Amino acid sequence: MNTPVDGLRVEKVHVWRGDRHVLKGVSLTLASGQLLHVSGPNGTGKTTLLRVICGLLRPEQGSVSWRGHPISSVRGEYQAALAYASHEPALKGDLTALENLRFAVGLKRRVSPGELRASLEQTGVAACADLPARVLSAGQRRRVAMARVLAMNAPLWLLDEPFTNLDAAGTGVLTSLLQSHTEGGGSALVVAHQELVMARDMRRLELTA
Amino acid sequence: MSVGPCEAFALVVRRELRLSFRRPDQLLQPLVFFLIVTTLFPLGLSLQLSLLRDMAPGVLWVAALLSSLLSLDSLFKSDADDGTLEQLALCGQGLTVIVVAKTFAHWLVTGLALVLVSPVVATALGIPGSVFATMMLSLGLGTLTLSWLGAIGAGLTVGLKRGNVLLSLIVLPLAMPLLIFGAAATDRAISGVSAAGALYFLAALCVFTCTLAPFAATAALHITLE
Repeated sequence: MNTPVDGLRVEKVHVWRGDRHVLKGVSLTLASGQLLHVSGPNGTGKTTLLRVICGLLRPEQGSVSWRGHPISSVRGEYQAALAYASHEPALKGDLTALENLRFAVGLKRRVSPGELRASLEQTGVAACADLPARVLSAGQRRRVAMARVLAMNAPLWLLDEPFTNLDAAGTGVLTSLLQSHTEGGGSALVVAHQELVMARDMRRLELTA
Repeated sequence: MSVGPCEAFALVVRRELRLSFRRPDQLLQPLVFFLIVTTLFPLGLSLQLSLLRDMAPGVLWVAALLSSLLSLDSLFKSDADDGTLEQLALCGQGLTVIVVAKTFAHWLVTGLALVLVSPVVATALGIPGSVFATMMLSLGLGTLTLSWLGAIGAGLTVGLKRGNVLLSLIVLPLAMPLLIFGAAATDRAISGVSAAGALYFLAALCVFTCTLAPFAATAALHITLE
């Protein structure tokens, strides 16, 4: 495995949760233009791995580096480069979809309402822009969360079960977004149970218990 | 184009205020609690104005502490529950800026609001109008300090299902100096003595917590996020 200096590199990460050895020496690399599909049965540490990669969780052993530097030493730059979508859509029910996006994306970069509306349009929820997030369906919320990832304009996408609650059309939209993101030089790590049908070559990582 | 910490601060404050005003019931709860608790005291005690006036500073301060505590529990909790705390932690600004902004916004809608309604309560308790300035200044400093102490407590208890009792147990002992100096400032002003000493102490406590508590609260939240 040669080192992609431009991307993400996870090396022999071990994480224990209490007595449980959740991640047992996971290694992966992700260069620009690449897509990595992480799968595995429930409880094998997929979400834990994603949280380690984000830097939310510090591994007991091993390292995560971004463009050749450990993420703890380039935290600001690294966080600016990543867009993370957790298992929950992370939307405030009392704010409209557009406000949710404005307050989340606005912390990363200067963004105009027009751009945010455009990304809501791309994920097919433009009509929901001015509705409070609490009245949206689970699938619509997932699409708004996807629009947030899109609007962050980040080269590295880390998505945790992004297909949950999406209908067939939504799955198609997300797949084509992933496609164009990687074609444009971005990289994505997707945790999903479903098979991903991609025209581009995609790498897989199967976590086992 | 990246966003500076000042812009991030302003954005988070705006977000918090908007969220608060979308939920007016939660905004009004601590204020109504404050009004009711302070109204209960004269009913339970004698109606002698002199006795009431002697107790008024203490009553005012205890009620202010308790009503500020009411809303502290939710400072980080709703964000932690719906996953937005993770988004905030990864926004590239560093969690400290977010914590400072959230706590400041919390003080605006609880502490500052209490300060603004305190003259009404003070009049009911027989505190003369001449000491309102001292009283409001001391309450302002005190509630800001309390918001910061509370931010540490809220950060530590955010992962717990029923953290609010534990939160009170953590915060209230730390708030004792506030109560002592805060009530003393108002008390001294009522008896016509200079309240400067007590106010200086409150100001020192306020500066102390404002400068150090953000780091403590951030560290507590980082532990919770793991």
